[in-house]
Amino acid sequence: MFKGMTVVGTVLGLAILAGAASGQDAAQKALADATKARQAQMQLYAFNLGLLGGMAKGEVPYDATAASAAAGNLASLAQLDQSRLWPEGSDEMGVEGSKVMAELWQNMPDVMSKGADLVTAATAMEVAAGTDLASLQAAMGPLGGACGACHKAYRVPSN
Amino acid sequence: MRKTLTIIGFFAVALAGAGWWITTPERVDAGDYADLIGVPARGAVVFHAGGCASCHSAEGASGDKKLVLSGGRAFVSDFGTFHAPNISADPEHGIGDWSVTDLANAMIHGTSPTGQHYYPAFPYAAYSRVRPQDIADLHAYLITLPADATPDRAHDLAFPFTLRRGLGLWKALYVTDGWQVAGDLTEVEARGRYLAEALGHCAECHTPRGVLGGLDRDRWMAGAPNPSGQGTIPNITPAKLDWSEADLIAYFTSGFTPDYDTAGGSMAAVVESLAQLPDADRAALAAYLKRLPAVE
Ligand code: HEC
Ligand code: HEC
Ligand code: HEC
Repeated sequence: MFKGMTVVGTVLGLAILAGAASGQDAAQKALADATKARQAQMQLYAFNLGLLGGMAKGEVPYDATAASAAAGNLASLAQLDQSRLWPEGSDEMGVEGSKVMAELWQNMPDVMSKGADLVTAATAMEVAAGTDLASLQAAMGPLGGACGACHKAYRVPSN
Repeated sequence: MRKTLTIIGFFAVALAGAGWWITTPERVDAGDYADLIGVPARGAVVFHAGGCASCHSAEGASGDKKLVLSGGRAFVSDFGTFHAPNISADPEHGIGDWSVTDLANAMIHGTSPTGQHYYPAFPYAAYSRVRPQDIADLHAYLITLPADATPDRAHDLAFPFTLRRGLGLWKALYVTDGWQVAGDLTEVEARGRYLAEALGHCAECHTPRGVLGGLDRDRWMAGAPNPSGQGTIPNITPAKLDWSEADLIAYFTSGFTPDYDTAGGSMAAVVESLAQLPDADRAALAAYLKRLPAVE
């Protein structure tokens, strides 16, 4: 009888340990997933900018409709709810492949304001892209400034 | 360690054997500056092309705060840590009471108003090529910027680098005039060369250095270790950089790379300055980079 209890106890104990471990795995996976999604969000910015930038450089003929659509995407993307994309712990130390500095989580108001600056710049681009090429070209600088300001403050430099 | 010993040995020689005369700080000919009238609007271009704000504004400053030249940023090097001084219009803590010739002596010869050598962390090895009119314009612009009373922070250097006198020999060896990219240049390429080699001091980061901290001119713009200790600064000669001129102009204007990521590391601040230049100047820089000899 005693022996039976011990066995049951041991099995229970192991199950709890395993449960804790898989709980940890799940938490780690959630951080990794958020990192992937966040980087994908950034890639979508870059993808839509590709068309606008191509037009600004004169590599792609200017087309008001296509430019407006890309700029509209950019503005929408910037306004998506990102609350789940930036879980604390998904910094460069916490997740393999993450380039986020841990400082980001100590400066949330500033991060939010940099996010808001991007919405402003992207909205301005939405208007500019549908106007004419010169306006589109002029709107590229402030947009780059908005992306770059956040990278400068919160992304680990690759060089 | 061996490097440090070499450098210390160099300083000993500089101070003792090589002669006092060669370490005497040089000055410009005041006559070259006497009749110049500085125009602040043109000086703003010189200021942005020279990237003065990236070093002389306070750490973390952005937007209009970058025009408050209170100093304080730290620069780590093999010799110790330098702190950029206050160069705002404050007459006591800044350079509000400097004449145009004082500024010229500092930028052209690395010589202070009291006749001391500046450390080359202040990139006068590049600014030595700046034209007198540009210095007069820059002076006129600088005094329009806000005064700030932040006192200078002392550098944090080990002996013997604390002895400024020894810098005279360093200057004699490494402060050269003349251009690195020679030959027949178009007017646009020549403007680009002036912006890159004199004002923009691009080589200070993009060219590797020898043991004594002088630029390795055979590897002009061919990339270098990052002084921050992390990673490398890229090779921007045509051997490695295959961006089109339009790509380069876009990068200098918005910071966007051809992949629509943004300029990172210490280049982010450089782009913030370049973005303030007239379009023609960014195009000139791009044309100059395309003319660089390819170095693998
Ligand atoms: C609020 C801050 C912020 C803003 C605004 C921002 N980024 Fe980012 N970006 C980051 C951070 C932080 C990373 C690093 C993310 C990581 O590694 O998890 C990053 C990473 C990237 C990457 C690399 C993604 C990858 O696959 O690793 C690209 C490309 C990028 N950003 C483009 C942009 C563009 C284009 C814009 C403007 C339209 C922009 N970003 C705006 C913070 C920002
Ligand atoms: C890479 C950083 C860097 C850049 C860029 C830079 N400086 Fe400096 N500057 C310094 C440092 C460091 C010193 C201190 C040198 C010393 O103490 O020997 C200095 C010193 C000076 C001084 C002497 C101040 C004094 O109180 O004696 C002046 C004037 C000056 N810089 C002006 C400028 C101007 C004008 C520009 C732009 C054209 C500029 N600097 C760009 C780093 C920089
Ligand atoms: C303070 C140091 C510094 C100075 C000064 C500097 N650069 Fe850079 N530069 C860098 C760094 C660091 C990078 C890498 C940026 C990154 O990782 O996104 C870079 C990247 C570049 C690139 C992109 C290369 C690539 O392969 O990504 C170009 C082009 C460039 N610099 C041109 C210039 C020009 C022109 C000047 C002078 C006007 C200049 N740089 C001055 C540090 C500097």
